Amino acid sequence: MIERRRGLTILSHAILLTGVAIVAFPLYLTLIASTQSAEQIAQSTPMSLWPGGHALETYRTALFGGATSAGTKIPGAASMMWVSLVSALIIAIGKIAISMLSAFALVYFRFPFRNVVFWMIFVTLMLPVEVRIGPTYEVVAGLGMLNSYAGLTVPLIASATATFLFRQFFLTVPDELVEAARVDGAGPMRFFKDILLPLSTTSIAALFVIQFIYGWNQYLWPLLMTTNEEMYPVVMGIKRLIGGESFTEWNVVMATAILAMLPPALVVMLMQKWFVKGLVDVEK
Amino acid sequence: MASITLNNVVKRYGSGKTANQVIHGVNAKIDDGEFVVVVGPSGCGKSTLLRMVAGLEEITGGEIMIGDRVVNDLEPSERDIAMVFQNYALYPHMNVFDNMAYGLKIAKVPMAEIEARVAKAAKILELGEFMKRKPRELSGGQRQRVAMGRAIVRQPQVFLFDEPLSNLDAKLRAHTRLEIQKLHRELGITSLFVTHDQVEAMTLAQRMIVMNGGVMEQFGTPDEVYSHPATTFVASFIGSPPMNLLSNAPDSEPGTVVGIRPEHLDITPGGWALRVDALEMLGFERLIYGRWQHGDGDEMVIVRSDEAQPVPELDSIIHVTPRADRLHTFDAATGKRLSANA
Repeated sequence: MIERRRGLTILSHAILLTGVAIVAFPLYLTLIASTQSAEQIAQSTPMSLWPGGHALETYRTALFGGATSAGTKIPGAASMMWVSLVSALIIAIGKIAISMLSAFALVYFRFPFRNVVFWMIFVTLMLPVEVRIGPTYEVVAGLGMLNSYAGLTVPLIASATATFLFRQFFLTVPDELVEAARVDGAGPMRFFKDILLPLSTTSIAALFVIQFIYGWNQYLWPLLMTTNEEMYPVVMGIKRLIGGESFTEWNVVMATAILAMLPPALVVMLMQKWFVKGLVDVEK
Repeated sequence: MASITLNNVVKRYGSGKTANQVIHGVNAKIDDGEFVVVVGPSGCGKSTLLRMVAGLEEITGGEIMIGDRVVNDLEPSERDIAMVFQNYALYPHMNVFDNMAYGLKIAKVPMAEIEARVAKAAKILELGEFMKRKPRELSGGQRQRVAMGRAIVRQPQVFLFDEPLSNLDAKLRAHTRLEIQKLHRELGITSLFVTHDQVEAMTLAQRMIVMNGGVMEQFGTPDEVYSHPATTFVASFIGSPPMNLLSNAPDSEPGTVVGIRPEHLDITPGGWALRVDALEMLGFERLIYGRWQHGDGDEMVIVRSDEAQPVPELDSIIHVTPRADRLHTFDAATGKRLSANA
């Protein structure tokens, strides 16, 4: 802001605070609800905005499952979170590995139909999972990958976005560096491993955060291709707790939601420094 | 150590009608242990020539030999060369030691020997205290020395320098020039050094190649190039201010160009009459830009005089006489030297 006027300062702060409230309030509500008992939530309208005293037991139920006082059987979130974690990790790491290698090929190798390949990768940007879900299901089912980690992750691994990000980064690496490595006798894969990979660490970190969250938040694809409860990711688990024939234990739903939010939040917080660095600049 | 032989080397980009030829058949033999500088204006193909010797550019035609090996189809790492790049091209994530050792590690040199060689290079270049630093923590001059160190540790047959001083400030450049000279005396490795700066070329070269438009205009010692420029291009490119080239001087044969360096014009009572257009006072010398009217045209003539001479006034007329033994004659059409004067 060019001028420093009191009125403007107050206004801008008011807008910012409203924004924060809009984002934070539902989160707060979720947290509060997860500390109350199911009866408290069901009986009091509107719901109390103060924390209740049932946090421990609610979270235990949400995490490990069991029957509640109302007689509802709750499947534990722990095993579902494990499924989510494994698939999110496979998706994130797989995406990074594949897109780095394809970007490497696109930038540093002159092969026939390079542009065609480039555009084919580009086109996949317009074909997200949701659009190609029918044929993809057919293929995965045909390969017998339903209800498996492979089925959960492989169709989501190819990533044009990440390929582009790495391609852009590789293009900024000075040609002289490539030439110096050639004079030093480094072959292509050696150059990739010794020079490109270490230089890409910040980009890798940024991508890891984005892709981990992408993998963790998958809903539609797992919904379609998993029929075995053991392969349900936690995002699906939340949905399964709501509705159905039995009484919805909102406190457990909310606790599961909080639990499902934790790992992505943790990843963002732990990798924040790298993440921002990777988005803002590249070390040169 | 080895000589470098260029046999009718040609570089062309593209093919057919759109082909763009940038090097037009260069022939040169650089002797074992010699320091040769390639100099020319930007776009003259000097860097391309160097990169062809390095193996970073394909050779379209002709032959390049290092020692008695034809290297046309060898990878850079197989040519037994080391190169210092204009922007140094240090690996940003490696410290100074690793930067220098990288090539040796790839060549599977035993660790003890790598350490010995790097330590020796670091001692020559006074880099000892920086071994654990990353390139970004070094100044431009230090980075430049690391780049040289990386070349030295390989103990190559040939050093290739691609304008390695152009990113240094003037003072450091002069200092580094001396260091490179010293290094060459100590190691005696055949060196090819590319620059656009004639001062660098004159001071470093044992022999120099002057290039223009992809053609080698002259290959000779700095003294030969300065005193006996082979073409009008060399005459005007080497020397600052450049040689006066007069296309219709009195008593010159038609179709020739007469050249005379500014310091070979003496202010005398009679002779060519110049109207003083501008003066540049440089302390130890002064440059007089005069306009010489004769016949049907006028030509700019630069005269270099010293403190002993009186300062002429602007727009006044001075008279100069060229030293007869310092006149150069060139063919006006081809630009080639005609006279064989002293």
